[in-house]
Amino acid sequence: MAETVKKATRESFGEALCELAKEFPDRFFDCGIAEGNMIGVAAGMAAAGKIPVAASFAMFATGRAFEQIRNSVAYPGLNVKIAGSHAGISTGEDGATHQCIEDIGIMRAIPNMVVLNPADHWEMKEATKAAIAYKGPVYIRLGRLAIDSFNDPETYSFELGKGITLHEGTDVTVIATGLVVNEALKAVKELEAEGISARLINIHTIKPIDRDIIIKAAKETGRIITVEEHNVVGGLADAVSEVVTAECPVKITRIGVQDRFGYSGPAWELLDKFELTQPHIARVIREVVAENK
Amino acid sequence: MDSSEIKQLKILAAKSRMGAILGTYHAKSGHPGGSLSAADIFTYLYFKEMNVDSKNPDDPNRDRFVLSKGHCCPSLYATLALKGYFDWSELEVLRHVGAMLQGHPDMKKTPGIDMSTGSLGQGISAACGMALAAKLDNKDYRTYTLLGDGEVEEGQVWEAAMFASHNKLDNLVVIVDQNGLQIDGTVEEVAGIEPLDKKFEAFGFEVIKIDGHDFEQIADSLEKAKTVKGKPTAILAKTVKGKGVSFMENQVGWHGTAPNKEQYEQATAELQAEIDRLEGEC
Repeated sequence: MAETVKKATRESFGEALCELAKEFPDRFFDCGIAEGNMIGVAAGMAAAGKIPVAASFAMFATGRAFEQIRNSVAYPGLNVKIAGSHAGISTGEDGATHQCIEDIGIMRAIPNMVVLNPADHWEMKEATKAAIAYKGPVYIRLGRLAIDSFNDPETYSFELGKGITLHEGTDVTVIATGLVVNEALKAVKELEAEGISARLINIHTIKPIDRDIIIKAAKETGRIITVEEHNVVGGLADAVSEVVTAECPVKITRIGVQDRFGYSGPAWELLDKFELTQPHIARVIREVVAENK
Repeated sequence: MDSSEIKQLKILAAKSRMGAILGTYHAKSGHPGGSLSAADIFTYLYFKEMNVDSKNPDDPNRDRFVLSKGHCCPSLYATLALKGYFDWSELEVLRHVGAMLQGHPDMKKTPGIDMSTGSLGQGISAACGMALAAKLDNKDYRTYTLLGDGEVEEGQVWEAAMFASHNKLDNLVVIVDQNGLQIDGTVEEVAGIEPLDKKFEAFGFEVIKIDGHDFEQIADSLEKAKTVKGKPTAILAKTVKGKGVSFMENQVGWHGTAPNKEQYEQATAELQAEIDRLEGEC
């Protein structure tokens, strides 16, 4: 196992992009503070055969420019990659106006969109390459907070649309995405010592979601807990529910932002206040397992 | 251009208008007013100005056209049919289930359509992207986009205008179809945009004002645009909404209303009479 890298996924994304683009330093265009136009320009470039990567804050890329993404990119299926940084409440001190907790839901609701939410440095680098190799519109969610990596670059492989089982278990399945996957991983490992066998699945591709891995988990463990740094409305919880209710109904407990806005504060304090850290996830797992016994 | 060439263009424009009337009549919906005001511009672009080949609509080196005022596609579709991109009979099923011709332009369904549009303000940004891509690839194709004068109320138009001049997109021509009317009334009464020439100048454009129904002025302005270096060109084309059909001209009600059978027959008869007159002169 390689040593842990502490990095914000927005940096990892930028690194991967620079590696891909190092031969083309003249291909960066600053579009200013004009997100709608930026997405339209990207659409036009894609229509002319380019592979544009359009980046802004998640809030403004998917919020302000929603309709440009919907009508100028996704409807014609143009090959544009949209990167939304500063996603989630871990954006921290900037407060609610900049803490986007709706981007996954907004992007997931658009036909033709692929939605990615990588969980650490190594996954983000591979996801960036995969997004660019994929032909069609992709939204990729980036965080601002530096977080520890947990994947091993020697063995890690990214397959678009495929979930990854990070920890085997039989009592309950935790399905997590993005920045909080590592918190969930620490929680399930902590609970091993208590005799709780919790499976952990990392969903880096929210759309198209890995139906098979979710159905299998529902059948084998009978209970699901979702964990996301996003509103529980529209995000991972709903994406998992859509699969489970149709294929194998089991009870789902939703850890995430409970349909409310964030506020200013240091990122880790906010993650704790919103109950998205290891101790909170461990507590919910304990409660769910106790309820089932 | 000699007078016989101009007559041929006028005939093609009248046929384009007939197609718009035919399409909206059969669709029982659509936007005839702005289609008719733009028909001369479509005709000149596709039959004189643009380097395009209807047999090779995806040629990477072709000139591009983005109809930013996407709702005025009935006349653009008719012009594309006249140019040979697809059969004229497609106009009879415009907006029908399963039709190639959608209510607003769809680049994936319709050969000759370079960008899907319909949401106002977005087409000009895509045109900027195409013009920028041409610069990156050292290609000499040009990109044209047509906006409505109501459409310039959209903020994105001005984001795009700043982008175009900042990036010195002298291979981009923005044409504004200034028919003076939008769905709610006259543009100046609804949300006035004047002085539009000074606005585009302030945003770094070369500005040319023309009569958008005068083929010589259309030709001269597009020729002049080719000589402008280091900045984009805006052609402000004064037009008449509903042009060519007596009862539709300058009537705001014809923005988004389809003709009934009687109106369809009258409009078609008027346009056919104009074609016959022009052909008689040839």
